[in-house]
Amino acid sequence: MVPLSYYLILGGILFACGVCGFLIRRNIITIFMSIELMLNGVNLTFVAFAAHWQRLSGQIFVFFVMVVAAAEAAVGLAIIISVYRTRETLNVDQVNLLKL
Amino acid sequence: MTPDLHLWLIPVLPLIGASINGLLGRRFSRQAVAGVALGFCGAAFAWALWVAMQLSSLALPHTEFLAHWIRAGSFQVDFAFYLDQLSLVMLLVVTGVGFLIHVYSVGYMWEEGGFYRFFSYLNLFMFFMLTLVLANNYLQMFIGWEGVGLASYLLIGFWFVKDSAASAGKKAFIVNRIGDFGFLIALFLLIKHFGSLDFQAVFQSISKLSPETAGGGLLTSIGLLLMVGAAGKSAQLPLYVWLPDAMEGPTPVSALIHAATMVTAGVYMVARSHVIFDRAPTALMVVAIVGTLTALFAATIGIAQTDIKKVLAYSTISQLGYMFMACGVAAYSAGIFHLMTHAFFKGLLFLGAGSVIHAVGGEQDMRRMGGLREHIPWTFWTMTVATLAIAGIPPFAGFFSKDEILWRAYQGSWVYWGIGVFTAFLTSFYMFRLWFMTFFGEYRGNGQESSAHASGHSSPGHSQIHESPKVMLIPLAILAVLSLTGGWIGSVRFEKFLGPVFYTSMAEHAALASGAEAAAVHEMANLEFVFTLISVAAGLLGLWLAWLLYCRRPQLPQRIADGLGRFYYAVANKYYVDELYAILFVKPVVEGSTSILWHGIDQNVIDQTVNDSADGARQISDSARHMQSGNLRSYAGWVAAGAAVLIAYMIWMGTR
Amino acid sequence: MIHLTLFLVFGAICVAGAVNLLVQRHPINSALSLIAVLASLAVEYLLLGAEFVAAVQVIVYAGAIMVLFVFTIMLLNAGEEERTRGSRVAMVIGIPSLLIGGVLLAWVLVRHSGTEAVLAGALPGSPENVAWMLFHEFLLPFEVTSVLILIAIMGAVVLAARPEATSTGPGKES
Repeated sequence: MVPLSYYLILGGILFACGVCGFLIRRNIITIFMSIELMLNGVNLTFVAFAAHWQRLSGQIFVFFVMVVAAAEAAVGLAIIISVYRTRETLNVDQVNLLKL
Repeated sequence: MTPDLHLWLIPVLPLIGASINGLLGRRFSRQAVAGVALGFCGAAFAWALWVAMQLSSLALPHTEFLAHWIRAGSFQVDFAFYLDQLSLVMLLVVTGVGFLIHVYSVGYMWEEGGFYRFFSYLNLFMFFMLTLVLANNYLQMFIGWEGVGLASYLLIGFWFVKDSAASAGKKAFIVNRIGDFGFLIALFLLIKHFGSLDFQAVFQSISKLSPETAGGGLLTSIGLLLMVGAAGKSAQLPLYVWLPDAMEGPTPVSALIHAATMVTAGVYMVARSHVIFDRAPTALMVVAIVGTLTALFAATIGIAQTDIKKVLAYSTISQLGYMFMACGVAAYSAGIFHLMTHAFFKGLLFLGAGSVIHAVGGEQDMRRMGGLREHIPWTFWTMTVATLAIAGIPPFAGFFSKDEILWRAYQGSWVYWGIGVFTAFLTSFYMFRLWFMTFFGEYRGNGQESSAHASGHSSPGHSQIHESPKVMLIPLAILAVLSLTGGWIGSVRFEKFLGPVFYTSMAEHAALASGAEAAAVHEMANLEFVFTLISVAAGLLGLWLAWLLYCRRPQLPQRIADGLGRFYYAVANKYYVDELYAILFVKPVVEGSTSILWHGIDQNVIDQTVNDSADGARQISDSARHMQSGNLRSYAGWVAAGAAVLIAYMIWMGTR
Repeated sequence: MIHLTLFLVFGAICVAGAVNLLVQRHPINSALSLIAVLASLAVEYLLLGAEFVAAVQVIVYAGAIMVLFVFTIMLLNAGEEERTRGSRVAMVIGIPSLLIGGVLLAWVLVRHSGTEAVLAGALPGSPENVAWMLFHEFLLPFEVTSVLILIAIMGAVVLAARPEATSTGPGKES
């Protein structure tokens, strides 16, 4: 007897926390974890709608999102490692060579 | 069946020569350049001769169509050529005298730089002049008109590194332009009222109109505007000021363009448009008055000049005045006759002057010449022939044409005749003054080349007075023969030859005139004989006075000049006309354009707009630059903001 | 009733974990909070009847990805976060826009979504059903994801390899 909107609101809160973390935190790894949090919020939304509309495609899509998240995490952490090797820091404010 | 004479070849051959010399001439040897130039010009002359020989088998006027040009609704203009007796005379004069001057230039310009450029410009001039002469319609004539102005500018300023030459070229072109403005407006009036610019179409429409008696009609306006154009091109009052300055150019240029051909384009145009002028007596009177006054005015300036070429320049202006005077009393064939003989003797005078200048190593001031008779005999004798011709002494060419003009001028008004005779006296005086000062007496120059000379023609290595090479003397000789025999055709036969051109539309007038003349021919003949004697006497009087002042008692002129004081200086300084124009026209324009157009508009408005827009762009990009900071988190912030905007938009669209 | 209670309890754990992730200074603490969030989310999936997805969530997400994170934190010896001057834009523009977006979403969701309840277990997300869908309708994306994983593996190996290992060694003949 849980309305759909409750699930969606929960997913929205998770997503908002993820975005917030991305904007606030300075450690690259923590930023990555916020991204994972965002993805999870979206997953929850997908599953909720799948149950609401009685279609299984939502869960399949969650599946794919997880695959992508895994691949992304792997590559992203590899990038972080190589950035750490060259820049000797995990502080994202100090990786600003893009500045002219 | 009208035979196709390929008239288009006559202008196009010199054009080809000009292109070859202009584009490739830099790498040719001088002989090759001369060969190309003389070849194409000579070919044009030969073709013109061949056309003349075909005359008996042609039905004149003969037109040949070359190509379509303008088709704008009902108005159309084509590239076409028109041959009648008038254009045939002009054609032969232009190509013949032009060819002789080309030959002369080979010798005169041999030592100069830019040999190929000179001949390219000369051929280009021939192309435009022939286009003008053979044109079938006013617009094509205008192409030639403008083109000869261009060629004149290029050739006057041939030694463009000299400031005075460049300025003289500009002055010629600009003053010509003022005349062309009048010409253009006349063309617009023709298009508006007659719907065409073809000679035949326009003249046919006009011949149906009656002569305008009042002073302000359409034909009078067109005639006056055409006269403005002619005054610019043919150096009449008040647009004559460019011709004396044009003497900065090389002497063959002065001979060809400013004596024999370009300046006569105005006379040709007036004669060609006689249909208009015949029906606008006011305009015709203006033409006559302008011509007469110019003749007198220029002659008075000529008697006080010391530069040999300037004397000849003012003489040209004066003789052109005679031609306009003739046209002004509807004696068109007399004007054209004088045009032809003038081309011979004035061309010869200029070429001879060039030979003299070449001989004394660049000196142009007559006060530093003298006694050259023994050193340069060929030049002396040919210039003698020319001087006798211009003074109107029989049996030389000038006598016949000038006499005819004076006689017909008398029939217009005795005032014209009186001024004409007085001007003939002055002409004879200053020409013989030139003759005496140059060839007789003691040599007053220094015999070496003068280093800082204005004309720029120097002959390095020659320190003695020497005769010119044969390539320069042969054209002098040919022109001398023409100056002697050119008038022997007689004005009556000449008029008969040109009759179909001028009298077809006025057949009844001719019949009337001949009827009247037949009745009074006896008394007229006696009067004419008396007038002939008077004009010859005027010429001889001028000769005697010049002999007196410059040969017998050479200290007399200076005493007269001192006696006349300021009046003499005014004449010697060309009545300060150039200075007057500078104050009246040049200065206000220059100052106005500097302050208003340059500072006001160009700098403050146009440049400011461009600079401001550049500044604005820079400022915008300066502030936008801060967005690219390299900071990951600010990028994320912008992304979040953008996403929020998008989501809001989609929600708003969804709930609408 | 029990459904709602379970939802609220585990939902609270999720939110608490998420907020804790934001607040903690040391990355390892944030990682552990994230694991808590993932586990609670798995329970929520179970409440929605997605058994297979819940299992995969625990195994893959919490079990593999987070382990990867923890390994990396250990490898790089990440310490507590320093306080550096960050970007003002992120604070000034990012947070407010986030709040606005969130408020808008919430408003829409509350107003427009139906109040039908989602039945627990209404849709059986058993492995059998999921597999049926996966290998029939979504076969192509399935195969493509395997390629994607392969690429990710190669990318990760190349990027994270030690510099000396990729350059030519002294013993190379050609």
